[in-house]
Parts: sequence; C-alpha cells; structure tokens
Amino acid sequence: MNDTTVRATWHEIVLASLKSNNVKLVVYVPDKVFRPLIKALHADAFFTTFAATREEEAIGIVTGAWMGGMRGAVLMQTSGFGTIPNALASLVVPSQIPALIFVSERGTLGEFNLGQAMVCKTMRPVLDSLGVETHTITRHDELAFIIDRSIKQAVATQAPVTFILSPLLTGGKVFEA
Amino acid sequence: MTMTQTGAVGAHNAKVMNRFELTKRLVGQLKRDEAVVGGIGNANFDLWASGQRPQNFYMLGSMGLAIPIALGVALAQPQRHVVALEGDGSLLMQLGCLATVAMQAPKNLTMVVWDNGLYQITGGQPTASASAADLVAIARGSGLANSTWAADEDDFDRLFAAALKGGPSLIAVRTDNKPGVGTTDRDPVQIRARFMQGLGVKRTP
Repeated sequence: MNDTTVRATWHEIVLASLKSNNVKLVVYVPDKVFRPLIKALHADAFFTTFAATREEEAIGIVTGAWMGGMRGAVLMQTSGFGTIPNALASLVVPSQIPALIFVSERGTLGEFNLGQAMVCKTMRPVLDSLGVETHTITRHDELAFIIDRSIKQAVATQAPVTFILSPLLTGGKVFEA
Repeated sequence: MTMTQTGAVGAHNAKVMNRFELTKRLVGQLKRDEAVVGGIGNANFDLWASGQRPQNFYMLGSMGLAIPIALGVALAQPQRHVVALEGDGSLLMQLGCLATVAMQAPKNLTMVVWDNGLYQITGGQPTASASAADLVAIARGSGLANSTWAADEDDFDRLFAAALKGGPSLIAVRTDNKPGVGTTDRDPVQIRARFMQGLGVKRTP
C-alpha cells in the first residue's frame, strides 16, 4: 500500500497546535530558523502576530493579553532568552502566567557563534532554577503531542512552559564553512 | 543643571506637578471600568493609594514592562480602554515598546509618563530625562504622533479626557520629588487574580 500522506512540517504542526488550543497572539523577535513559522502565522488571519523589539517586551505583552483573556505565545532564539530571566522571575512565575515560550535552539549541534553557545549553556539552568516546565523537542513524531498537551497543562495549572526546538527537529542554522 | 531640580528637559515650560494628585484626577475620570497598569515603584504606589479598583494591575517587578503589559490587555480587550502609568526611569529601560505600540496603534491605549528626572526609589539618582532626553520627542519619533507634555493640572485633565476617546496617546507630566503615598500589598497572585476578575476574565468568588 502506498502511503501518499505528505508529512506535515515542524512549523505546520506548531501552528496547528497553537490554533487548536486557541492561542491567538504570537509575539516574536525574529529568528532565521523560525522564519517559515513566522511567515505562516502572518498569513493566517486567525493569529495576531507581530515583532517586539526585545524578548522581555514580548513576555510583557503576552502576560497582559492572558490577563485580558487572550492566550499568547512568544518566539525567540537562544540568545534572546538571555533578556528574559527578570521578566520570568519577577512577573510570569510569581503571577502564575501560562506564557508559552518557544525557543529556537542555537549554541549546540554545529553552532558557529560562541555568544549563542554561552547563552545556550545558561538557558536550562535558569529555567530549572525557576521551576519552569521545559521540553527540548528533538523528534518530529513527538512534537504535536508535547506541544498540545503542554499548552493544555500550562493553562490548567496557570504556569509557563518553554519549548526548546532542537536543530534535530528544525535543521537548525547551518554554518557554511 | 543642579541635582535637586526635578522634571524633564523636554518640558521646561510645563508646571511641575504632584504624581499622587494627578493619579487621583486620572482615576476620577474613569467611568467605564477602564484598566490601569501601574508601573513598578511610585507609579503603582500612588495608584494603590488612590483607591484599589479591581481593574488596576500593580507591578511588583519587571521594571519597564507597564506599557507592554497594557498593550497586551488592550489587544485582548479592544472594547475596554487601557491606561499605563510609567515612570521616566522605567520607560527609559524599555523605549522600544513605544515603537511597538505605534506599529500596533491600539485605539484603546493611553500611556501616562510621570517624569521627575529621578530614579526616585533608589535614592534620587538623575535619569537621562533630567538633563538630556525628551521623552515626548522620543515617543513622537517612535511613531506616536499624539504625544504631549501636560502644561498644568487642567491641561492634564483635558488631555486625558481626549485620550480616553481614542488613542494611542502618550501624556508626559513633569512631577516633583515627593515620595509615593501608599505601599502596594506584595501579593502577585492576588493582584493578578483580582485584575482578571475586574476584567471579567475570571469569575468573582
């Protein structure tokens, strides 16, 4: 039997999971790996999506939106994570905000920029010390399950969640040597 | 420029006013359950002291995020007007948010900036707005055409009434160096839950 099903791309799965969970607001600071996701979000009228100037600003925006009744996600690259620990520690975590944080993982598996690599080393220890639920997603077949279930858990338990999208899933950013 | 002078370089003709008095005037104009986000420090201490409305959100940390939080509320509830109260030091920390607000152009958002030219709560060190930076010029340059210094109390009342009719608007006020009047209860979960109840998002027990 021929399987004619075309496998959905990682970014199509992320977009579908956001939509099925009624996450209408997506605020991002651009990332090259996330480019197809960002483009698809802009093309879909279901979403309100735009760039913030800084990642912690995006965290503030989705926090306000949640309190106003609208679910929101933030997209950033690894280096951008370095701007948000204060917003997590003094706003999102103590106020119990289910911020959905998607990080395009840089700094590992072929990184060429030492700055990205160093922020990458700080990211999980910061998230762990704040007690923020974090999933590193490497496998395409687990992506939909992890995101869908974790969004539901975040909302139900009023807690943020971070999805670190590994180069093993997205292909990452390739260094042209 | 002496270290004791307060208020902003950009509005040398504007009257230096008192933040708590103007906070009371501002709250007195709210008749439609408008949301108010009080920035960290004296902006939210004076908001607290003006009377605890369920539609008030008091920031206990995350300096600089009053306007982004207010923008998020405004996007989520386009029928409700949202007011952000922010200090000069906090705004200087997150100037990019002005460009983001200008780009989104929410009609239901008003930003009030209390500019005493001081990091008041940390001992009164001068901010850049005391000697160099004009926050209204920065806001206009960010794309917020409707940005104005309030000349005096009556002018503030008039500007704020106009802002509630449609935005985004930014009103900057030269303020004195008197400390905040109240102290916000530091219970972030309670503050967030009451705010969500006040916005009709969460059931009131």
